[in-house]
Amino acid sequence: MKRSPRIWPALAAPGASWLLALFGIPFYAVACVAFGTIDPIFRDAVPQWNPLAWDFGQAHEVLTSVLSGPLQGVFLRTVVYVVAAMATSFAVGFPVAYFLARHAGKRKLLLLTLVIVPFWVNYLMRMLAWVNLLSPSGLFSRFMGVFGIHYNWLDGSPITVVLGLVYGYVPFLILPMYATLERLDWRLVEAARDLGATSRQAFRLVTIPMAQAGMAAAAILIALPMFGDYYTNDLLSRSPRTEMLGNQIDFYVNNSQQPQRGAVLVLMLSALLLVALSWYLRSTSRYAKERTK
Amino acid sequence: MTRRRFRVLPTIIWGYVIWSLVPVIIAVAYSFNDGRSRTVWQGFSLRWWIGDPNASVLHDASMRHAIFNSLVLAVTTVVIVVPIGISLAIGAHRLRGRSATAVQGLTSVPLITPEIVVGAALLLTFTRLFTGIPLGFPAQLLGNVTFSISAVVVIVRARLVSIGSGFEEAARDLGATRFQALRYVLMPMLWPSVMASLVVVFATVIDDFVITSFLSSGVDSETVPLRIYSSVKGGATPALNALATLLVLTSFTVLICGLFGLSLWRKRHGDNGGLRAALADVTQADA
Repeated sequence: MKRSPRIWPALAAPGASWLLALFGIPFYAVACVAFGTIDPIFRDAVPQWNPLAWDFGQAHEVLTSVLSGPLQGVFLRTVVYVVAAMATSFAVGFPVAYFLARHAGKRKLLLLTLVIVPFWVNYLMRMLAWVNLLSPSGLFSRFMGVFGIHYNWLDGSPITVVLGLVYGYVPFLILPMYATLERLDWRLVEAARDLGATSRQAFRLVTIPMAQAGMAAAAILIALPMFGDYYTNDLLSRSPRTEMLGNQIDFYVNNSQQPQRGAVLVLMLSALLLVALSWYLRSTSRYAKERTK
Repeated sequence: MTRRRFRVLPTIIWGYVIWSLVPVIIAVAYSFNDGRSRTVWQGFSLRWWIGDPNASVLHDASMRHAIFNSLVLAVTTVVIVVPIGISLAIGAHRLRGRSATAVQGLTSVPLITPEIVVGAALLLTFTRLFTGIPLGFPAQLLGNVTFSISAVVVIVRARLVSIGSGFEEAARDLGATRFQALRYVLMPMLWPSVMASLVVVFATVIDDFVITSFLSSGVDSETVPLRIYSSVKGGATPALNALATLLVLTSFTVLICGLFGLSLWRKRHGDNGGLRAALADVTQADA
């Protein structure tokens, strides 16, 4: 048993090297494109594979544009939309998860199945469903027309985009939220009630602190894809008025002659990922420390 | 106080269920519309499913091609990723020290990386570094495998943790080699997680849009989600609804077969968790 067995590294090797080659190296390739140069004749991006020769000119230009140029609006809008969509998702998703975990009773399996179903329905199908409902001749538009509200929901409406994001991502919030609440030690809440806390106090002072780490995890789980989302926006609006960071990345990497700018934006999104990740790790470790105290 | 909450919460949850499912059900219903409109009901027909000689899902060559592409991509990804993922999960579970941390990091970062980052990074890699890999099916396959490995690792590791090391140690004490203990004791016990991985990866890949879209090479490698995306805004007929319905049906069929298989396996092994436990295997949440 002391002799270190070779079998475990051998088993991990194929998967680990796959991830290194097709997940690790591509990140490096993005940096090499972002900090590379532009071919003077063909105007194409030339990656610079040597980190010592990286040229930060383009990155600087994009950063300036984000801080005080044309990209500023896109960035601010992305943050506002994501925060609004997150808050709405919690307002919808938390009560659903809470009810499932605490009060569903005999109907639990049925309700859980119904809540899981959208999780497995194709995202684009769910967006297609709303495009049909919201189009000028769609059921929802006609329904609203009865009340005298005539509004083109699919023509660059921020409300449609934010609610579209909520509709798209809330199932991904409910499931981890439910998993967290299901595992909580509810005896502590009962103890708080026995010691004289009102149900509201018990919720605020016991339930929420216990669920905090799970809430943070769920928040990150939906916030990061939202930051990189471009298809929800494309399908429900496709207007420059609602353009987000993801649309810019999609445009520059996929459809333009300037993949360099796209690469810089990808790096920015990844930086955001690192911030979120470290915040999450810190909040969970703080929570773990408090629990062992 | 409590009584009021009990009335508010059920309203919210039933409201949520209706809000999340009814639009989809309406979209499915409109695939049976007799007219060309996806929004104005003109009577029931199977025109867009099988009737129309050119534009129905059954007869439209490009739609059939997209369905074919989607199935091939999902099945090949599953075949490659499940063995790699299982072996990585077992290996990573037993590694200690610095290499364990490295592997842990390598497998958990993809879980929270936005797909657009992976898609864009792989596109730049395949067009500028690994230029031997052409865009289209080969690149889409590699991309989907890369993005799915971590999901398999998470599912299998959860199972490894719940199995514990006791069974393998017992086998070793009785004279089994490390490999024999793995092959004859651990592997059969891992079966539910293998099944769950198959289902989860298949459903994820067949639904995947971002990576498959970034790495596609045009109409040739168009999958069903790509097709939906590119035609939603145009004047597509209800055949599009039918195509999307077919996609949803496919993943649900696989999911239901998986759940059924899982609860059957559990019953045969004297575990009465049934459907609830099977659901937990697939969603990684206790049912």
